[in-house]
Amino acid sequence: MSHDHPHHDDDHSHLSEMDIRIRALESLLVEKGYIETAAVDEVIQIYETRIGPRNGAHVVAKSWTEPDFANWLMEDATAAIHSLGYTSRQGEHMVAVANSDQTHHLVVCTLCSCYPWSVLGLPPTWYKSPPFRSKAVIDPRGVLHDFGIDLPETTAVEVHDSTAETRYLVIPQRPAGTDGWSAEKLASLVNRNSMIGTAFADNPS
Amino acid sequence: MSDPDLSLLPQMVLDEGEPVFQEPWEAQAFGLAISLFEAGKFTWPEWATALSAEIHGGVQRDYYSHWLTALEKLVAQKQLASQGDLKQRQKAWEDAAARTPHGQPIVLKDQ
Repeated sequence: MSHDHPHHDDDHSHLSEMDIRIRALESLLVEKGYIETAAVDEVIQIYETRIGPRNGAHVVAKSWTEPDFANWLMEDATAAIHSLGYTSRQGEHMVAVANSDQTHHLVVCTLCSCYPWSVLGLPPTWYKSPPFRSKAVIDPRGVLHDFGIDLPETTAVEVHDSTAETRYLVIPQRPAGTDGWSAEKLASLVNRNSMIGTAFADNPS
Repeated sequence: MSDPDLSLLPQMVLDEGEPVFQEPWEAQAFGLAISLFEAGKFTWPEWATALSAEIHGGVQRDYYSHWLTALEKLVAQKQLASQGDLKQRQKAWEDAAARTPHGQPIVLKDQ
């Protein structure tokens, strides 16, 4: 931790600049009664442990096994996802886009880092990085190549730019050789990147 | 004020092997913004605009440094805490650290 000063010629504690800034901000806001420390800690804990890509994998696997749910998801993703208990705390509108042989969908947020938190948790570092945010729009096939995906020319690439109001969930194609699999088993094949569009779902091993 | 033990956070990982937060202050900055939003102190589009302004402001920083800077500015803009109050409180924490022997919890005076 940053409290541990690297030198031994000092006998008191040190805080990093960021530690000082965050302590100043939080202690002031708590003192003024705008927030409670326990509530802040609970938010962190929820995002660290309870919300993650498994939520999205559940949504995808259910859409693979239940055509009615898949239709609902394409028509009103916000409601379909909420029906599984994954409610967004930011109140944004969800849109599901399904990959096919004709179209591959890729999600980016060119503005900042808008991301479907309720189903994918917090975004990976590369999603927040300037190179991804600019290159995804200019050269989506190049980005996909960087991630190890080379699509045939006959597959169109559609890029979706997330905003504070609208977030996208990519429904990857169901892998071959999974006929008769349960939704639970299928969910294990749905990796995080496949729901952003930078990977395919895993193949059954 | 209580001083939550955040030392475990950097070891926690997402399903796919990447830590959500690199350092405890990043988690605190994240939690603060969400808590203020949930308390109705600003709307989500207001937050996205503030964060985007930092990210596109031409200054190279880590993502959560942008995040914290955006939060400090929005908090001042919403008159929840002024930049002057923040500076004063930062000084108070610096002083608190300076009078605290190694290994003891750092606390503000008169809290």
